[in-house]
Amino acid sequence: MTYYTVSFYLFAAIILLSAYFVVTTKNVIYAAFNLLLTFFGVAGFYALLGADFIAIVQLIVYVGGILILLLFGVMLTNKITDTEIKTGAFQVLPASIIVGMFSGVLIASMTNNRWIVSANTPVAADTLRTIGNILMNQYILIFEVLGVLLLIALIGAASIARK
Amino acid sequence: MIYDFLLQLTGNAAISSLINSIIPLTFIIPFALFAVYLERKVSAHMQDRLGPMRVGWHGWLQSFADILKLLQKEDIVTADADKKLFNFAPVLVFAGSYAAFAAIPFSSAYIGTNLDLGLLYIVAVTSLVVAGILMAGWGSNNKYSLLGAVRSAAQIVSYEIPTTLVIVTVIVMTGTLNLHKLSTDQTSSFYNWLIFGGYAAGWHKFALIPSMFVGFLVIFISTLAEVNRTPFDIPEAESELVAGYHTEYSGMKFAMFFLAEYANMFAVSAIVATIFFGGFQSPFGYLGNTLGISWLRPIEEFFWFASKGIFFVFVQMWLRWTLPRLRVDQLMAMCWKYLIPIAVVNLIIVALIMVL
Repeated sequence: MTYYTVSFYLFAAIILLSAYFVVTTKNVIYAAFNLLLTFFGVAGFYALLGADFIAIVQLIVYVGGILILLLFGVMLTNKITDTEIKTGAFQVLPASIIVGMFSGVLIASMTNNRWIVSANTPVAADTLRTIGNILMNQYILIFEVLGVLLLIALIGAASIARK
Repeated sequence: MIYDFLLQLTGNAAISSLINSIIPLTFIIPFALFAVYLERKVSAHMQDRLGPMRVGWHGWLQSFADILKLLQKEDIVTADADKKLFNFAPVLVFAGSYAAFAAIPFSSAYIGTNLDLGLLYIVAVTSLVVAGILMAGWGSNNKYSLLGAVRSAAQIVSYEIPTTLVIVTVIVMTGTLNLHKLSTDQTSSFYNWLIFGGYAAGWHKFALIPSMFVGFLVIFISTLAEVNRTPFDIPEAESELVAGYHTEYSGMKFAMFFLAEYANMFAVSAIVATIFFGGFQSPFGYLGNTLGISWLRPIEEFFWFASKGIFFVFVQMWLRWTLPRLRVDQLMAMCWKYLIPIAVVNLIIVALIMVL
């Protein structure tokens, strides 16, 4: 067992266990903090795959942004820990169709890609520069449209909050 | 690099990585003891008092006495506290602030991991501290703790934006996020430091000086707010919230919060020093180069790094005992109405100068 394999299984265990607790726990706060561990484990996976920039962005956006916002929402809501948060509705057919399609995409990308499976595999150097060049040349239109989309979301949120 | 030396010595990557990762701790703990003493002395002399005088010469053993006291204290967990979160929070807070040290170059011979995205990595891992503080505030089951934690999180999340904008300014200028490369590029003379326009010759250098001073001020203020120090210490404002998120903590768990706070203070000072003040570079030549002793140079570099870091820690203490605490609305106005617009305009100016 190399260190690479050990850390892979460590992160895999963190992700699976914490994701299981997120779904099963009755306490919303525990769910949120387990989600922190899940995000952390996924960031570890990205780092193992040589995608250092994605790993860091994962931490900044999900741990530093979304999760903190989630915790804020939970903590500022009155008596959230004792309420039943499970939904009563079970939509078996639409759920199984969507899950089937999604797992199809995942399995396809899993089998068709060459994944980095050891520390000796060469990874791309200077990833940030490469990503920046691709975003600013090849995908400039999509990048700008996404920026406008985020701006619209921001203005929408501000206008809803003012009401 | 110390890691290569350890690898040669032990011949085992796991053992040498472990030793390599413990090295910053051997610096932080003595530093924290020293900084606690310094804080008390600085505050005392600013208020025309003497400060601790009893334990040792001018009270220099006071911090050791304090640590011994904290070690003996009973570990109290309040009856209604959420025990899992309460016990895990100090670990998470310290882990978050310690993780930042992995990318900080202490001298040209020692850096935890030579990350290409070091600066961005530090911004990312410090978000674990926010989660830890929220965990502590919730786990304590105390209104003061919860209020302090929520205030602290809001403050850190807001002030991350001007910090990141100044970091982007630095990327635009230097084209690198690697703190080790950033330090080695600002070669060993003070006029090559980024605060004096950087190491590139030409008119750019002089045009950049005002922007660099503005950038330095913005990042210094915002990192001061990120470590919850006065004048931005509303999360633990004694007069309103007892002690904020660590009100219910005692003994070693309290000591861990304290250690994390001082580790954080040094980390942000070191980052500011590395970005704008040449990191481990000496302001003028090296004695090792003059005498021809090659092993002296890394030690000198460590001396300069530690001196710059401790100097900025001293400035933080100085501000703490000079300025009154801001109100919550003033704090948010400071960030969103002043620092962020200034940082954005500064970024645009630097980008224009670099393009021209």
